[in-house]
Amino acid sequence: MSAPHVLAKDFQAPGLGLFEWKPLFHIGPFAVAKPIVLCLLVAIIVIGFFWAAFAKPQLVPRGFQNVGEVAYMFVRDEIGRPFLGKDAERWMRLLIPVFFFVWIGNLMSVVPVAQFPVNSRIAFPAVLALLIYLTFWAVGIKNQGFFGLLKNATMPPDLPKPLYLIVIPIEFVSTFFIRPFTHAVRLFANMFAGHILIALFATVAFHFLWEKVTPLGFGVGVLGVVLTIVMTAFELFIQAVQAYVFTLLAAFYISAGLYSDH
Amino acid sequence: MILAEHAAGFLAAEKNPNPLLPDAAELIFGTLAFLVVLFVLGKMLIPRIQQTLAERTDAIEGGLKRAEEAQDEAQKVLEQYKEQLAEARHEAARLREEAREQGAQIIAEMREQAQAEAQRVIDQAHAQIEADRQQAFTRLRTEIGELAVDLAGRIVGESLEDEARRRGTVDRFLDQLEERAGAEA
Repeated sequence: MSAPHVLAKDFQAPGLGLFEWKPLFHIGPFAVAKPIVLCLLVAIIVIGFFWAAFAKPQLVPRGFQNVGEVAYMFVRDEIGRPFLGKDAERWMRLLIPVFFFVWIGNLMSVVPVAQFPVNSRIAFPAVLALLIYLTFWAVGIKNQGFFGLLKNATMPPDLPKPLYLIVIPIEFVSTFFIRPFTHAVRLFANMFAGHILIALFATVAFHFLWEKVTPLGFGVGVLGVVLTIVMTAFELFIQAVQAYVFTLLAAFYISAGLYSDH
Repeated sequence: MILAEHAAGFLAAEKNPNPLLPDAAELIFGTLAFLVVLFVLGKMLIPRIQQTLAERTDAIEGGLKRAEEAQDEAQKVLEQYKEQLAEARHEAARLREEAREQGAQIIAEMREQAQAEAQRVIDQAHAQIEADRQQAFTRLRTEIGELAVDLAGRIVGESLEDEARRRGTVDRFLDQLEERAGAEA
């Protein structure tokens, strides 16, 4: 047996079990576990923050309103306006809740005690992706008509005719079937993987510095601590990026429903 | 602490279901939670901040416009003042010129009047002198006649006896003449 095998003989890496929680209580037929509690907490935090910021907005902003305005204008200028132009103001009412619901949900991953990214449970990204998919259909049919939407989405203009034989099926499947899945899974998978990574390094640190301290394993444990910290910082970045990407794609999908020329 | 939680997580996992299959309770609570957030933010809070931002834009644009207007107004007033000032200067110059002319005229007039007055005074004096002279002459003539008669009478009355008496008569006459002149003075 080689040294690493001996060293890690009792070490058990965290797996899918990380994402399964014991029900805390039941509401009707539904078992409420930690992810749902965190999800409700996220809703309360998001509403609480924006209530503090925008409940009584002043022409000259003070305190929370300043922060809220920076947040609002970030989403408006970076996501809303590039995709939705003059319609951005109207759609901010959807994009702001989406961005902050996703971001704060992701942020739960590094909040002490919570320490679980809400969006690493597929149900939450799926709900949002589905809602945006339905919105895409609704504004698409309203603005382009059902067949107009199908045609504009599957037939990019100015292609050689034979190419449409290939392009139409690809675009059709990609736009109307794959989009909502990739939209949800991209967020879910990132949060899922990030959580596993942090948990892995934390478990390494715990195992080698506490559960089974050996002279050889000590260095590994220290490395685990360092990498846990590094990965947590990296996760903070990924959480924000994924919230940004999720909202940006939402804006893009809605714009595909609103305008025919894409 | 972290790991205790994670351990709890492991223990809870009696089975490991496919993580890509959504949990029904989570779907429902996730939907509800997001719809509440969507409602409160989308229907209540975001319209408010949008209105405030629009009002702020208006206020700033309005402020800039008002400032511009005020500047235009100030410029207009300044030009008006400058114009008025130039006019006033012009007017003052005109008045000064006029006053100078008037002054010169007045001086000329006064000089003329003074000359006329002086001439009049001189003329009057001349006339007075002439009159005085005439009067003096008239009186003198009368007196000289009287005196000549008086003197002739005396000369005739006393006769020409001797040189001494004659001289005495003449001296007496002259004395009397002096006395009379002294009495009259």
